[in-house]
Amino acid sequence: MQLWLIPILPLLGFVINGLFGRRFSRGVVSAIAIGSVALSFAWVLKTIFGLGDLNTRYVEHYFTWISSGAVNIGADFAIDRLTVVMLLVVTGIGSLIHIYSIGYMAHEGGYYRFFAYLNLFMFFMLVLVLASNYLLLFVGWEGVGLCSYLLIGFYFDKQFATNAGNKAFIVNRIGDFGFSLAMFYIFKNFGSLDFTKVFQQAPGTSEAILTTIGLLLLVGACGKSAQLPLYVWLPDAMAGPTPVSALIHAATMVTAGVYMVARSWPIFIHAPSAMNVVAVVGIATAFFAASIGLVQNDIKKVFAYSTVSQLGYMFVGVGCGAFSAGIWHLMTHAFFKALLFLGSGSVIHALSGEQDLRQMGGLRKKIRWTFLTMMCAAVAIAGVPPFSGFFSKDAILLAAYEHAPWMYWLGVVTAGMTAFYVFRAMFLAFFGEYRGKEHPHESPPVMIAPLAVLAVLSLVGGFLFNIPEFLKGIFPVREAAENSGLMLISVGAGVVGILLAWFIYVLKPAMADSLASGFGFVYKTLYNKYFVDEIYDAAVVNPLVRGSRTVLWQAVDVGVIDGSVNGVGARARNLGDLLRLLQSGNIRSYATWVLLGSVVAIVVIAWAGIGMSGGLR
Amino acid sequence: MLAAVPISWFLTLSAVLFALGVAGFLYRRNIITVFMSIELMLNAVNLSFVTFSYHRQQVNGHLYAFFVMVVAAAEAAVGLAIILTIFKNRGTLNIDDVDSMKN
Repeated sequence: MQLWLIPILPLLGFVINGLFGRRFSRGVVSAIAIGSVALSFAWVLKTIFGLGDLNTRYVEHYFTWISSGAVNIGADFAIDRLTVVMLLVVTGIGSLIHIYSIGYMAHEGGYYRFFAYLNLFMFFMLVLVLASNYLLLFVGWEGVGLCSYLLIGFYFDKQFATNAGNKAFIVNRIGDFGFSLAMFYIFKNFGSLDFTKVFQQAPGTSEAILTTIGLLLLVGACGKSAQLPLYVWLPDAMAGPTPVSALIHAATMVTAGVYMVARSWPIFIHAPSAMNVVAVVGIATAFFAASIGLVQNDIKKVFAYSTVSQLGYMFVGVGCGAFSAGIWHLMTHAFFKALLFLGSGSVIHALSGEQDLRQMGGLRKKIRWTFLTMMCAAVAIAGVPPFSGFFSKDAILLAAYEHAPWMYWLGVVTAGMTAFYVFRAMFLAFFGEYRGKEHPHESPPVMIAPLAVLAVLSLVGGFLFNIPEFLKGIFPVREAAENSGLMLISVGAGVVGILLAWFIYVLKPAMADSLASGFGFVYKTLYNKYFVDEIYDAAVVNPLVRGSRTVLWQAVDVGVIDGSVNGVGARARNLGDLLRLLQSGNIRSYATWVLLGSVVAIVVIAWAGIGMSGGLR
Repeated sequence: MLAAVPISWFLTLSAVLFALGVAGFLYRRNIITVFMSIELMLNAVNLSFVTFSYHRQQVNGHLYAFFVMVVAAAEAAVGLAIILTIFKNRGTLNIDDVDSMKN
């Protein structure tokens, strides 16, 4: 079915725009970038309809990539129902965000560069999703990390943007180290990295080995999907352009960790303790990030922490064995979070770059379409039935209740906080009196249209796409008991959150400040994100920098390495100075040396001759 | 008559002449004297060759002696030409002053 066409098309777009985009007009650049992604989306659709019900895995082998001893890794793409979900999310939402970017980036420099990077990202993300072995998945994994770095640092003339790019890249290295170790360990135990071969052998393998592999994979997933303790890069990643935040840091790339864990379910299912760790990390991250999101004032920061928190939910889902619920939430989250980010981008665009919620307010009437579409996303993420977030979140919370009730309750509290912070942002931005100075103007239709599509998806995506039903054949079947009581509680938590936000930020606007001063210590801790960045700086970053500077640089590099290299040169000079004394230029001294030399030579030969003939005769 | 003179005498004479040549080469400063010392060393060696040749009743030593004499003649021609040129250019025959290779 020519699966390779799906990633190759955006790669072509990247090559053309990257090499020649500088000379093209903006129209041509956008046509190439969007055309390649849209074609890729169309090819995905054609592939899916061409392959029928896809109950079995369909693999395409292109060539042997690495063949060395026991290592035999093919460049293979595979497609099954899980891949289909990911492909549709990536290419579908990717296309929408590309279209949106035409409007958002219209006044920015580096237009072709932006679209070239975005296309390159699409290529790597599709490789990641289509890969049929861990190494090829890792290629996509690293590639999206690279594009993430490039796009976070897109405004490279701003120090904070390049710093944020570095931070994302370096923190991800920690996770990738875990992922690499996991791959080595998989290869050592299974003799292959191919999904089919590894998963076939997984059931008969000892639990200790599978747990180790699972935990190492989790380290990788924690880096890419911004889970505790490696989530710190994602909030900073908002330094990139907003479409990037929507595409890479909300809808697609950061969900790669969830996808990878779900893809590796045969390993995790036989390692219950590893799965439990996944769930605990997920619920802790969900709660922790949501609490930070409660008090942030930068509209994108609120949604960034929300993303971290929602990714935590997905980890809870896959960690509790409800893999399809996790993937379901991945999809619905892609809809509503991409919409929230694109909407906030539209707000920022309307206010000519203002991101501070305190400088907004009353925008409801001024940018009506942005408000309406974002409201759809807000009700979806808050878990209001029957919108998309309700279904997936409910499925996850039900699974969490079966796994461990305390996780459910923590999840419910988190759901309440989620509803609160999203509606807090909505109310601060769109209700009350306008507090800023700029003159807001509605975004162009090219930005509003993708918002509208995503709004529809956020509203109906939940009951239109029943992912657990669709993925039944892929993951182990679970009997999830319907529990309307639990469902009501979680919905109630969301409604309480919304009402609380309404009460505090619309009815009694003065109350927010008095609450902040009343709970001064809590507020400060949350506002400063639990001081995690400061703790990391003090515990890890600064000791590393200091150690590198004093020991590695001034002692090892200057002392040992430079010292030995320079020392070799200096000794050669000294020796040369000594030998120079022989070259006096005086012919009689040369003659003396010749004489002495011949005397020595004769004596040596004579001694040797005496020795060989056995002494003097 | 010749048999009465032992071979060691010839060799000793050769060694003495060679040592005189070496000493002259090392200690005299005049280039021409140095040049003559070299000739003295060559002829001392010639004497050894001829002595051994006579002693062993073989013709090889004589042959070598002739070779050495031919080479010495050629060397004398070239060497004297060099000495003449040096004297013309520098106005000196002192060997210690001929050190332009240095520095």
